[in-house]
Amino acid sequence: MPPPTGRRHGSAMPFKKAKNPKGAIKKIWYYIKMQKLALILTSIAVVIQTASVVYGTTLVGTAIDKYITVFNFKGLARFSVLLGAVYVVSAAAGWLQTRITVSVANKAMYNVRNDLFAKLQKLSLKYFDSLPHGELMSRLTNDVDNIGQALSQSIVSLISSVLSIIMTVFAMLIINPLLTLVAFLIIPTGILITKTIASRSKKLFSKQQKSLGELNGLIEETISGQKVVKIFGREKIIIDEFAKKNDELKQAGTKAQFLSSIIWPTMNSLNNLSYSLIAFAGSLLLLSGKTTITIGKISNMLIFSKQLARPINEIANLFNTLQSAIASAERVFEVIDETPEQSEGVSVADIKGRVEFKNITFGYNSNEPVLKGVSINAEPGDSVALVGPTGAGKTTIVNLLTRFYDVDEGSILVDGKDIRTLDRNSLRKSLGMVLQDTYLFSSSIKENIRYGKLSATDAEVEQAARLANVHQFIMHLPNGYDTILTDGGEGISQGQRQLISIARAILANPSVLILDEATSSIDTRTEKQIQQALLTLMSGRTSFVIAHRLSTIRDAKEILVINDGQIIERGNHDFLYNKKGFYYNLYISQFKRIAEE
Amino acid sequence: MKKLLKYLKPYTKYAVLAPSLLMIEVFLELQQPRLMGNIVDLGIARGDMSFVITTAIKMIIISFAMSAGGVSSIFFSSRVSQSFGADVRNSLFEKIQSFSFSDIDKFKTSSLITRLTNDVTQVQLMVLMGLRMMFRAPLLAFGGFFMAARLNLKLSLVLAIALPILAAAVTFFIYKSFPLFRKVQKKLDRINLIMRENLSGIRVVKAFVRFDYEQKRFDSANSDYTQIGIKAGSLLALSMPAMIIIMNFTVVAVLWYGGFLAQSGEIEVGKIIAFINYSTQILFSFMMLGFLFINISRAYVSAGRINEVLETESTMQSPQNAITKEISNGVIEFKNVSFKYNKADKNSQLKNINLKIAAGETVAILGETGSGKTTLVNLIPRLYDVSSGQVLIDGVDVKDYDIETLRSFVGMVPQDTVLFTGTIADNIKWGNPNAQDDEIKNASSISQASEFLDAIPDGYDTIVGQRGVGLSGGQRQRVAIARAIAKNPKILIFDDSTSAVDVVTEAKIQQNLKEQLSTRTFIIVAQRISSALDSDRIIVLKDGEIAEQGTHSELIAKNGIYTDIYKSQLGTEGI
Repeated sequence: MPPPTGRRHGSAMPFKKAKNPKGAIKKIWYYIKMQKLALILTSIAVVIQTASVVYGTTLVGTAIDKYITVFNFKGLARFSVLLGAVYVVSAAAGWLQTRITVSVANKAMYNVRNDLFAKLQKLSLKYFDSLPHGELMSRLTNDVDNIGQALSQSIVSLISSVLSIIMTVFAMLIINPLLTLVAFLIIPTGILITKTIASRSKKLFSKQQKSLGELNGLIEETISGQKVVKIFGREKIIIDEFAKKNDELKQAGTKAQFLSSIIWPTMNSLNNLSYSLIAFAGSLLLLSGKTTITIGKISNMLIFSKQLARPINEIANLFNTLQSAIASAERVFEVIDETPEQSEGVSVADIKGRVEFKNITFGYNSNEPVLKGVSINAEPGDSVALVGPTGAGKTTIVNLLTRFYDVDEGSILVDGKDIRTLDRNSLRKSLGMVLQDTYLFSSSIKENIRYGKLSATDAEVEQAARLANVHQFIMHLPNGYDTILTDGGEGISQGQRQLISIARAILANPSVLILDEATSSIDTRTEKQIQQALLTLMSGRTSFVIAHRLSTIRDAKEILVINDGQIIERGNHDFLYNKKGFYYNLYISQFKRIAEE
Repeated sequence: MKKLLKYLKPYTKYAVLAPSLLMIEVFLELQQPRLMGNIVDLGIARGDMSFVITTAIKMIIISFAMSAGGVSSIFFSSRVSQSFGADVRNSLFEKIQSFSFSDIDKFKTSSLITRLTNDVTQVQLMVLMGLRMMFRAPLLAFGGFFMAARLNLKLSLVLAIALPILAAAVTFFIYKSFPLFRKVQKKLDRINLIMRENLSGIRVVKAFVRFDYEQKRFDSANSDYTQIGIKAGSLLALSMPAMIIIMNFTVVAVLWYGGFLAQSGEIEVGKIIAFINYSTQILFSFMMLGFLFINISRAYVSAGRINEVLETESTMQSPQNAITKEISNGVIEFKNVSFKYNKADKNSQLKNINLKIAAGETVAILGETGSGKTTLVNLIPRLYDVSSGQVLIDGVDVKDYDIETLRSFVGMVPQDTVLFTGTIADNIKWGNPNAQDDEIKNASSISQASEFLDAIPDGYDTIVGQRGVGLSGGQRQRVAIARAIAKNPKILIFDDSTSAVDVVTEAKIQQNLKEQLSTRTFIIVAQRISSALDSDRIIVLKDGEIAEQGTHSELIAKNGIYTDIYKSQLGTEGI
């Protein structure tokens, strides 16, 4: 019984070919070879098992010839004990072989997953931004599962299938070469049929896979956007579209299913044909009396010919599974082999907080600069505000300071040191960030706040929550700080999530603070309430504040107005206001009208 | 599972044909060992060559007939299972489309998706295997036993002893493995969860430099999974040899007892060989059954999850004799409205709201996070039903309208801007499938989407929803607004729809709306005072109640919450 988990049926298996199967196999080998002793043991067990099965079968023939046909019951009784013993050995070897493989495969996959995860942590943000999320996720889950499945089942079964074919054929040849030849008359036909069916069903399967992908895409999109579907009353149109795609899948699926399923009865029938031929040829030989053939031997040949069918079928099936596993391995190792963010720089602690941007030019794509010649200078404790229209490059400045990305030209200095010479992690530890998309993990609120400082006590967590003005709200929840945040965060609004992430940053207590639209989803009154907390947080720290709302940044020491990747104005509020330039217009559009009402 | 079986009904003919053809296959298969035995006993032993030839030819013909039966059975069973799966998927999807917002909240989006995809595949597979193995295995087992007993009753005693033992073994392993595999799945889900979180939250992980923490968290999930995986695998590793040894000992017993019977002339050699063949056939089908049962139990779980959805009656349906007349004025009235998302909630999100909005009026709703602004506007197109009180449009309770009619007159731009795969024009057409190019352009120019659409190369034909084409938050909001405007609604609702749009653009949008859609009733949920400034009336919510209302100057004069908000946005000292 194969395990019911994770085993994908053929119909759900995409047929993707590996580009460099050898390389992928080599890399898998690296993970298995750590368990040398286990591997040697399994190999021995596989050999013993297949050999004992074949030997057992020949013994049955001997039993018929030497004891049953000559009515030697006493001898038979003794012989039965021998046969039983062979079977016990075979079963024991079988058990040992699977048991060891299970553990080898699971341990190897444990290491693969850990390595994969560790690599993910080290990859640059650029990598994540350049690969579709779904694609990466599917490598981390489906592909890893695929390899695990192949390791724990397919490979051993492949080896044991090949071995048992070799041994069976060998045994058959010893018993009677002529009958063996008869048995093999069928094999080329069998291979031909399997090949034809397999190549056709492959095409059908990829068609089915394509329909399935389209259907799943539609499901994912409409169900996620279900509320919009309802607001616009699109249910009927979508149902029709779904039914159409569903029908396409059905057509493709039925054909693929049928074609791939008929291999079995076809092979079965061929097998029976060969069985009949052996019986016929065997009888002929026996009656001719010219050879040493016996009834027991014919019976043996018949059993062997039946036994041959299973491994041959198995190999045909395994071929697809292994091919797709190798393709999976290739995709997984592509991630593992990716060059990580370099982190060998000088470690820094106790940053004072002087930050300089010297003539920075940067683009996410080399030919489209997002920032052009930007220079910023912030002394320890300064607060710098970045304003400007959407897409002007404000968030990019944050991405560079945190070294999520590295500058193309120019340099960024923290306390006078180029950040490219600093250890990324120690740099980031000194920077506190509240980002535009507040990402919270699906654990308790307490754990999420504590993310800022793992050693924080409950009291410290609560203190941070109070400062962020979210304590009250948390206490209103039935489970308080132990409330588990789920995906999508039903019941907790975007604004509240942002408050929690502010509490998290407060707890981290960094030297340089970055607030990227940290309060965009918080209503202004609540924002006002946490403003004080933010001000306390900002005092004595260098801070960079990005906001749409100008009220948030009025008190900044320096305001930088960014447009099209360049700083077009700089100065404090009064200066910029009186200058009557870009900032003035932004400001006016927001306040002037209110003030003049 | 049973309840889903009704989806097989349209395919009854095929569903009967498939196992019937299978029966033919099995029946023929059962003839083979007997014929073989005959060749030995009646042909070879007696030197009757022509008997050997005729029997062998018989066997060959039978084997071809067998495969014909098998192939045609598969033809019907694939057809049945695929059609069954497609039908279940269709009704599941239709059901979900009929769900109200609270139904969707209850099930959660991700779980609905799994049910539509994995769970349906699971039951579909079950039907396929059911049609084949569920019949094949017992038929083969019982048929084999019957044939064996016919060969020699005494010898079949061996089988009578072996079968219960094997059955017990199969049951034991199923019983043991089932809960284990459930655990394996759970641990795997946990691994996937952490992976997913680290992908989505990579910026946070990096920002807080929490690699070690995350690695530890992952490692513990990973080793849990590995351990339970090894445990489950070991059980399986034991099951296979255990069953095979039972089988092989049966063969030994048949040989031994058969030899004993042969001595006294009660059985011939050929029959013993045939008997061994039947034994292996029977034992294999038992193992097949075991495998089948494990899968059935999995499909059962899936079937249960599908049924749960199918049996949920949408909590919101159009009434009988629903009103389908068009909404001509757009007068909105809340009468004593209270609302809770869950009955179990301690606090109501809305408490005793009384509010009348005149046709063509522009009303802004302000208030703190969580004060109930979104909840209030969600009640207008009946996205949720009130817990008590009434919402009336043009004097008619929204519950009395045909839901589709009601919603077709309400244009709403929800808080999170969802666009769908397709061109921008396609997305705007959601508001009005028959919209002409100039209507689309007009809607876009009102929402200021045209400003950036005219500047990008593919313009309205730009594909969104695919990777690579990133519209910024503000751009998406503007497309979403155009979509709602294209609907040409009587009531237009913005739920914080311009939060990512800069103030200059926002002012332009409002100006356009005022000029071109002045007869619409317009409700703006907003954070910024500037968004609310042009409204005829401003309503301030606090803890689910209307705290203040009036025009800007009236509210300023009150010197209450609104003034606080105003000052906080203006900067305390004013200009």
